[in-house]
Amino acid sequence: MNDIVPAASLIPADAPFPKAAKVALGMPQLRKNLAHATGTIRAKRAKVAGELDDWEQLRDTAAAVKAGVQRRLPELAMRFEERATAAGAVVHWARDAAEANAIAARLVREAGAEEVVKVKSMATQEIELNEHFAAEGLRAFETDLAELIVQLAEDKPSHILVPAIHYNRTEIRDIFDQRMGDAPAGLTDDPAALAEAARLHLRRRFLSATVAVSGANFAIAETGSLVVVESEGNGRMCLTMPETLISIVGIEKLLPETADLEVFMQLLPRSSTGERMNPYTSVWTGVREGDGPRHVHVILLDNGRTNVLADEVGRQALSCIRCSACLNVCPVYERTGGHAYGHVYPGPIGAILAPQLEPGRHDDLPYASSLCGACYEVCPVKIDIPEVLVHLRQQGPHAAGERAAMGAAEAVMARPRLWRTALRAARLGSMPWRRKGFVRRMPWPASKWTVSRDLPVPPKESFRDWWKERER
Amino acid sequence: MNAREEILARMREALQDASPAPEVPREYRRALDPGVDIVAVLVDRLVDYKATVHHGTAAIERALEGARRVAVPADLPAQWRVGSAEFVEDRGLTTEELDAVDAVLTGCAAAVAVSGTIMLDAGEAQGRRALTLVPDHHVVVVRRDQIVGHLAEALPRLDPAAPQTWISGPSATSDIELQRVEGVHGPRRLDVVIADERTGPLAGPAA
Amino acid sequence: MERVALFITCVNDALFPETPKAVVTVLERLGYEVDFPAAQTCCGQMHANSGYKDDATRLARAFDDVFGGYDAIVTPSGSCAAMARDQYPHLTGSGIGRRVHELSEFLVDVAGVEDVGAHFPHTVTYHPTCHGTRALGLGDKPLRLLRAVGGIDLVGLPAADQCCGFGGTFALKNSEVSSAMLADKCANAAATGAEYLAAADNSCLTHIGGGVSRSGGPRPIHYAEILASTA
Repeated sequence: MNDIVPAASLIPADAPFPKAAKVALGMPQLRKNLAHATGTIRAKRAKVAGELDDWEQLRDTAAAVKAGVQRRLPELAMRFEERATAAGAVVHWARDAAEANAIAARLVREAGAEEVVKVKSMATQEIELNEHFAAEGLRAFETDLAELIVQLAEDKPSHILVPAIHYNRTEIRDIFDQRMGDAPAGLTDDPAALAEAARLHLRRRFLSATVAVSGANFAIAETGSLVVVESEGNGRMCLTMPETLISIVGIEKLLPETADLEVFMQLLPRSSTGERMNPYTSVWTGVREGDGPRHVHVILLDNGRTNVLADEVGRQALSCIRCSACLNVCPVYERTGGHAYGHVYPGPIGAILAPQLEPGRHDDLPYASSLCGACYEVCPVKIDIPEVLVHLRQQGPHAAGERAAMGAAEAVMARPRLWRTALRAARLGSMPWRRKGFVRRMPWPASKWTVSRDLPVPPKESFRDWWKERER
Repeated sequence: MNAREEILARMREALQDASPAPEVPREYRRALDPGVDIVAVLVDRLVDYKATVHHGTAAIERALEGARRVAVPADLPAQWRVGSAEFVEDRGLTTEELDAVDAVLTGCAAAVAVSGTIMLDAGEAQGRRALTLVPDHHVVVVRRDQIVGHLAEALPRLDPAAPQTWISGPSATSDIELQRVEGVHGPRRLDVVIADERTGPLAGPAA
Repeated sequence: MERVALFITCVNDALFPETPKAVVTVLERLGYEVDFPAAQTCCGQMHANSGYKDDATRLARAFDDVFGGYDAIVTPSGSCAAMARDQYPHLTGSGIGRRVHELSEFLVDVAGVEDVGAHFPHTVTYHPTCHGTRALGLGDKPLRLLRAVGGIDLVGLPAADQCCGFGGTFALKNSEVSSAMLADKCANAAATGAEYLAAADNSCLTHIGGGVSRSGGPRPIHYAEILASTA
């Protein structure tokens, strides 16, 4: 049995992406686990998305609904507040992470509790609610299997949907065995046995919890309802059993009406877990006498979202429904995993969301892409991620040396005569390598290329010479 | 300015120069092709999720096999309470009591064939949410007239103000190597009985 | 005789004259008159995608000046065609991109041919480049042209739709990740046992070729050169 070494402890979260990625690339087990898991889910997604003959029409509708939501955000947020309040919920507003955490902690204390059970939620990861609670002497227990694995390993999530995607079954067995406290003796690495261990571990806690914290996949303005999409039943447990439920919901999660679910609930499960429908979806509206929590709170969270909203091109990132399809198809994510991105939202969506949520802090992420476009192709809400990546690159700062080189290149390319002279000079200058046909080693920065690739040598005769000769 | 006012002001400012929203196209399907056997599709999807499917109300007994004490909503029709099990009506059962029964038997509000989804909305014969969550075995009766082909046909049948639970197979997880395994915190066994009744309303609760 | 303009791209201008020569050969074989405006340089893609919008805008304007008078502009590069079509409208408002055709688009959609009378008795595997496939939507057009080539033995490339890791300055800025992607592409290419690896973009082929030249595997070739071959 191996000691638990959390991946996040090895991959520097604050380092620039290329540096952190280099560390991740040097972890063969991590890469193997990621390639296996992303390969599995890619095939499943492609199969179930391909089953629907109206997949593209659904994507078009979803993209337009979300674009409409963004334009109508103030109106929809207020309508949601009004309807949810009328149904017995208490709606709070939080400008940033600190405010959301403070409201949540206060509500837990007011409920007389020191512990909460949690449904997997990206919003609470984003605001680091668990860490904040710990600092206040409150304990938050993750109940989603993958979140539980990450929490027990004292690691950080590396994927939006499956935060423990970087662990294989054997590593998970070891984590349970060493950290769970009540893992069954002789626990095997059979996924069913591991799921059973999680069931036993959490059962008492579910049945006795008094406060739960959740996020939401959708918030319906028309009715004031929240929707949580899940698989294991941990969500149902948290949303149903405690007396008090606190849901932290990003303002971009709003949908105008219930009927919109007929679009999004086809797209989301097929894009995320590759299922026709996820095992459990819960929809609740305020308080229901005799059924579920008697105190229902909703915290509407900004935390940078209105920054994103202000950018005409970048705002489409707010359409994201956190399905993770873009991570699963991304050749960069597949090789580096999520920790290298240094943000709670990794992968292609993270590369456009993180720099907009926290301006100035993730300027390296828009470059963590070859712009291959696989993300846009699978995105169920048609976020043109490559377009936003390029847009963000065009906003961000540039290193002086690069700026000079690019400027010089443009100055030459914008002048046809200079361009032709430069090409001729390159052909002459490369004479010594002509016989070999390629260059194997170059000084920096070209060494970044020749580290793994040979460089071709300009030809003796250019196309232009050939053309001129022919015209004669 | 309080948080609410400030966030709303930020939104309005962010949207000042925004281009208008596009028209929302609605070209997607809202129903399956006519002639498709929706019951067969539903059964196929449920079996794929590793739920067990039975036909006819008489099969409820088989679906409940092995269960001695079965929790039921108080308004569960009498004709569904078949077999030798003891039926325990939920008139405020405690969590411990719910945890101690062997199974729960309910009806549903609608079922969607194409995704194999059973929908509960706390209506007739469905009970509260904890009832269908805590017991490890859920037997749900679906009337033929409750089955629709498509999600778009099902949503209007649900009470939007009521708590809803959409169930597609037994509880499952894909969190280990993205491979789906059934059975975590929700009921690990799901039996679906497709009842003979074609229309409601149901017979009244047992006396 | 219909006249078309040839945009050879800066990469081919500097490094790969055989590709634009092949385009000329194929187009003339089909009866087109090919024009080569000598003032052409670069579409501006590297600048735009690296975040240098102003530089890219100037190059986009220059492209318009050079090619504005032509109804059809043919280029042997999926990514340069995609640049003109997708990004020029945002940079300069120019709609010239609609008249820029990647070679296979021009042959299949405009000229309406798939068999261009080529002969190439070799095993070839085909890598669908990302911008050509996804941004431009070339689909299987290059493959349809290749299938019609006499004597060719086309073999499938495993994980063909995976990016080779080039991505312009990505190959330098994220050299390690790019190299890891390249290693997988080279291994898949080598596993085919093909003599040649064909693609619709010499920038990607430079990258793959630069790797294959170390690890071994099929020789990179622009598919235009296969279409030009009658050997």
